[in-house]
Amino acid sequence: MFTVLLAIAILVLLSLIFGAILGYANVRFHVEGDPIVDQIDALLPQTQCGQCGHPGCRPYAEAIANGEAINHCPPGGQATIQALADLLDVEAVPLDGDHGAESAKRVAVIREDECIGCTKCIQACPVDAILGAAKQMHTVIADECTGCDLCVEPCPVDCIDMVEVGVTAKTWSWDKPQGIAATSLNIIATDRQAEVAH
Amino acid sequence: MTEYLLILVSTILVNNFVLVQFLGLCPFMGVSGKLETSIGMAMATTFVLTLSSLCSYLTYTYILQPFGLEYLQTISFILVIAVVVQFTEMVVHKTSPLLYRVLGIFLPLITTNCAVLGVALQNISKQNGFVESILYGFGAAVGFSFVLILFSAMRERINVADVPTVFKGSAIGMITAGLMALAFMGFTALVQI
Amino acid sequence: MSAVNMQTANVFSFHGGIHPPENKAQSLQLPLGRPSLPSELILPLGQHIGQSSRPLVKVGDKVLKGETIAINNGFLSSFLHAPTSGTIAAIEERLIAHPSGLSDLCIILIPDGNETWTKLEPLSNWQDISKTDVLAYLSEMGIIGMGGAGFPTQVKLQGAHKNPLTHFIVNAAECEPYITADDMLIREKTLELVLGIEILQHLVEADNVVIGIEDNKPTAIAALKSLLTKRNSKIQLAVVPTKYPSGGEKQLIQLLTGKEVPSGQYPADIGILCQNVGTCVAVHDAITLGKPLISRFTTLTGDALKNPQNVEVLLGTPVAHLLDYADSEQKKLSRLIMGGPMMGYTLDSAAVPIVKTSNCILAASKKELPPPAPEQACIRCGMCEQACPASLLPQQLLWFSKSQEFEKAEHHNLFDCIECGACSYVCPSSIPLVQYYRHSKSSIREAREANVKSDLAKQRFEARKARQDAEAAEKEAKRLARQKATSSKATDAKKAAPAKAAPTATAAPASNDESKKLKVDIAIGKSKLKKLQKQLLEAQENEHVEEINSLQLQVTDQEKAIASLEEQLAQVPSAAPVAPVENTAKASPAPVSDELKKAKVDVALIGVKLKKLQKQLSETPDDQELKDKISAFETDLKAAQDTVSKLSENTQPSANTAAAEPKAVISDELKKLKIDAAIAKAAVKKVEKALKKAEEIQAPEIESIRQQLQEAQQRADELEKALANPETTAPKVAAAKAEPTAANLDADAAKKRKIDLAIAKAGVKKAEKNIQLLKEQGKDEAEINASEWPSKLKEAQDKLAALEKEQAAETTKSPATTEASAPSTPVATENVDADAAKKRKIDLAIAKAGIKKAEKNIQLLKEQGKDESEIEASEWPKKLIEAQQKLAALEAEESTSATSVSTPVEKTAAADSEAKVEPEMDLTTQIKKEKIAVALAKAQINKLNKRLENSPEDADSINQEIAATEQRLQSAETLLEKLIHSQTNMQENR
Repeated sequence: MFTVLLAIAILVLLSLIFGAILGYANVRFHVEGDPIVDQIDALLPQTQCGQCGHPGCRPYAEAIANGEAINHCPPGGQATIQALADLLDVEAVPLDGDHGAESAKRVAVIREDECIGCTKCIQACPVDAILGAAKQMHTVIADECTGCDLCVEPCPVDCIDMVEVGVTAKTWSWDKPQGIAATSLNIIATDRQAEVAH
Repeated sequence: MTEYLLILVSTILVNNFVLVQFLGLCPFMGVSGKLETSIGMAMATTFVLTLSSLCSYLTYTYILQPFGLEYLQTISFILVIAVVVQFTEMVVHKTSPLLYRVLGIFLPLITTNCAVLGVALQNISKQNGFVESILYGFGAAVGFSFVLILFSAMRERINVADVPTVFKGSAIGMITAGLMALAFMGFTALVQI
Repeated sequence: MSAVNMQTANVFSFHGGIHPPENKAQSLQLPLGRPSLPSELILPLGQHIGQSSRPLVKVGDKVLKGETIAINNGFLSSFLHAPTSGTIAAIEERLIAHPSGLSDLCIILIPDGNETWTKLEPLSNWQDISKTDVLAYLSEMGIIGMGGAGFPTQVKLQGAHKNPLTHFIVNAAECEPYITADDMLIREKTLELVLGIEILQHLVEADNVVIGIEDNKPTAIAALKSLLTKRNSKIQLAVVPTKYPSGGEKQLIQLLTGKEVPSGQYPADIGILCQNVGTCVAVHDAITLGKPLISRFTTLTGDALKNPQNVEVLLGTPVAHLLDYADSEQKKLSRLIMGGPMMGYTLDSAAVPIVKTSNCILAASKKELPPPAPEQACIRCGMCEQACPASLLPQQLLWFSKSQEFEKAEHHNLFDCIECGACSYVCPSSIPLVQYYRHSKSSIREAREANVKSDLAKQRFEARKARQDAEAAEKEAKRLARQKATSSKATDAKKAAPAKAAPTATAAPASNDESKKLKVDIAIGKSKLKKLQKQLLEAQENEHVEEINSLQLQVTDQEKAIASLEEQLAQVPSAAPVAPVENTAKASPAPVSDELKKAKVDVALIGVKLKKLQKQLSETPDDQELKDKISAFETDLKAAQDTVSKLSENTQPSANTAAAEPKAVISDELKKLKIDAAIAKAAVKKVEKALKKAEEIQAPEIESIRQQLQEAQQRADELEKALANPETTAPKVAAAKAEPTAANLDADAAKKRKIDLAIAKAGVKKAEKNIQLLKEQGKDEAEINASEWPSKLKEAQDKLAALEKEQAAETTKSPATTEASAPSTPVATENVDADAAKKRKIDLAIAKAGIKKAEKNIQLLKEQGKDESEIEASEWPKKLIEAQQKLAALEAEESTSATSVSTPVEKTAAADSEAKVEPEMDLTTQIKKEKIAVALAKAQINKLNKRLENSPEDADSINQEIAATEQRLQSAETLLEKLIHSQTNMQENR
């Protein structure tokens, strides 16, 4: 009986000591907030478009840190998903179609002779990229436009178009070579020759 | 002195915990996808292993043995390991949030890393002293880290190599691990007694 | 060697390199050719690295040879000159020599065949003037690096001044197979080259000048050697063994100096400058002859050409023209390459022009350059590593490029790759390694740019958010301050009451006492204020945000309290000197004002109590007892207010007889009434809040609370009216008694009216909000209509309109009265005019908002899936039309009134023109209106079309609608046209 009690007592003692250590460590190494949010936020495209269902990129970054799926960002597309997957060490999943499809980079363009100067688009623009005043024609600063679409909806005369940014000689980039897989059946050199012979 | 050196060589190369004794295979396969991650895991495990072998030695020698409660060693070692792992987790969370996130589930899983308990138990069965225990734990950890980092470096290169489709992923990983284990068998003849 | 003075430099070596077949002999068989003028020259604006040039000429301009046709656009940019005389035919997008095969903006020049030079202005005094001026001159001559990259030369030379130069290297290596343009250039223009080098040496002052040339150009080497010996020049000649790519800048530097340019740095950072021979010759031509860069040497070679040769060709000459010149055989031609076989790129079209950096056109046959063999798996042979002249690990880079691990590729110094193609050349698996690197590089660049952009967007977004938050906080603070101010005024009155309660025999000592007391109060208040400010400072230091806010509020309150106390203090002495003189006749106005004050205190007390009760009510909305109490208090309040107003009316006559300053009394009264109004408004707000709460929890008391709200609003209205009444009488009194104050009073009246307006607007807004709320709660239109909100909204709007009209009437009236009473104050009239204009603008804005609201509602209905008939049945379209009509009327009114406003001013100036101006203004507003109508109609058509797409089953009805709208649009447009026509007519007439 004594040994049993002794064993229990020892275990309880051990637990108490370790509990105390952990308690101290918890206070000593307390972490304020979640620094990971900043890193996630840095990967997001910052269009502030709200297509993910959050009012801006940072709220979505917070949501991701709290376990939301990483595939709700159409402007970032697959590249952003991949980057997030790498950062968080999770599986890269395809883009969630519910939040919109990935599209080429676009900017808003105001058809200026139709603009009535209502300033509604100015209020909707999350990055202050629309210039104008009440009853004056508005225009979009193309360099600052993130292509978020948010100004299209409020326009009472539908004079805002989203125009795809074309590739110019300056922004053009080289294609990736097709790789080995594209030329079929050439794992073995003789296969390739047979194919060529045909 | 030679004795200490022998302990280190033995645990790191000859009796490597992962490739020869097959302990701690879970993180070996699980956290070897990326080099940075595996380095982090290696460091965390080294910390935990050394500290837990020290703590378990102390617990055994100064608490269990005097009261003749040696049969409680397993449960009390698990307690010790759990605490050390929790402690490590807090430290990592504070010092490197990204590593904390990347290690994810594997960090608490160090608790169930059989290498950790294995080291503690072997220390007892080998009747290691205080310094020997620490060195044994540290050597085991270095051996684990060494193998883990090598393996992850290999896997990184295998990932971008043209591996036949059927072998892609874990399959080629297993084969590589097997080849590595074969290679480590070569160290058996390193120390001749 | 042969000569004593001739110096030969040491030659080192670099890692890697290959020895492809040279194929240089073909193009050296024939002497230098000079092709005829092509039918057109295509001059791309972006021939160099950096910003594209800005065109200086217009389409149709005649230009002379050498005339500047485009200037630099920023620091990293260059000039462009006409290669021959002729006419600018177009400035448009044309295919350019670029691996992408894309188009870019080009100036198209049609030569006139005369080759008339513009006036050339050589810089003959280049040795005497400052180097900066020489560099600027070089920039204006359009000189850029002609080796390949096209880096503006003046920028490179400026960069070379960072460190003292140990070496100035002239790159004549020309290592790439097939190309012999530099070889030919050295042979043809040896003297010009050496002179050019001397000019550049003067500019950069390097310790050593070395020409690096490959040993496969013996003729050129001999020519240079003899000239350098003859001139006794200090320029060294370094003959390097033939190896590709010894002509690469970094490789040549390593060959000649043994130094390696560190990763990520420029040669200038280690004191070395490298220039191509072509650039040196161009510098010479520019400075000593004054000729801008308009032509270059280019190699035409390849098996598909019958006469491969070097040509001196005008920039902008289409490649096709050169192919014709060298007799190309279309059958043999399989690939057309710009540049050499190693670093060049395939041209999709022969229409592209020669630019400043085109050194070779390679028209290759299929045998000569067979299509690349299919890529195979890497066998890790390591030959690429052996060949890499930049000492990189090509295989490693390939893995990272393939798996898109760009970060790691960068880590392995991907950006040090010079894309020479040596690795691809030696690869036994024929992997296009360079293509992979190029892809990775451009992907990384893209990602970097995207990163920069997203950072910028984030910055802007956060700035915007901060601004909005600040605005909201400011509004909130103002609101709180206003609330506090009203309540503190009430307490002030309470405090002041005991002091004034004791009626005194003589006014003067009393006023002295009062002023003392007030002074003490002020002192106490000030000390309190100081304390608060100290606390605030502390809080700011410790960054307690909440504390700061509350403390700040307290501080502002305290300040206000002090200000009001000081005001009172100021009033006391002003009344004091009057009182002793007048007090013999009668019990001066003091007792009356005392009574008035008492009554005011009563009102304030009741108001506070009422507030408390209302707060309770909002917490427990169904407490009947509380409601009863509230109504009782309200009647009390009314009674008290009545007495206040009566008393204040009494004060007026007494003030008249006592000849006290009427202004002070009136302003006192005004203050009081305003306070009352504010209290009433606060009550209204409270009840509204309660109502909202009740609505949220769907409480059954909604109706009763609404009633209460109505009552409260009525009360507020009454008060406001009361507030308005004394003032309407006031001007008369003022006019009778004190003319100079008339303007002030007018301003007061205007203010009051504005307040009324604001209140009415708030009412309208509230009603709208409620309707919106109901809609959100999912009630459908019928229910909403059944509720009293729409009618209320209408009422509120009506009231608003009435008020506005009233104000308009007032303002139009007031100029008359002020003019009558004070004709010497034109400033006042102007002010009043401005007020009227403002008011009208407000009207307009309201009307527009009404239209917008109606549109939004219609939109909402549509979204809710109601079909057109239902929408038609709802009152919104009607409202929309009404609102539009109102807007039109208002605009017309504005235009007329604008003219009428301007009349008094213009009368003296031009009475005749008035008649014309007025209708014109009318017209412009009408035009505006019609434009809006057109825009609306268009938008509607757009919307209908969209709907048509979405629901093809309703096609018929929608089509009908579209037709109707189009008709409307057409009629609007014709009307608009007519209006514009008549406007222009009128302007012409004038």
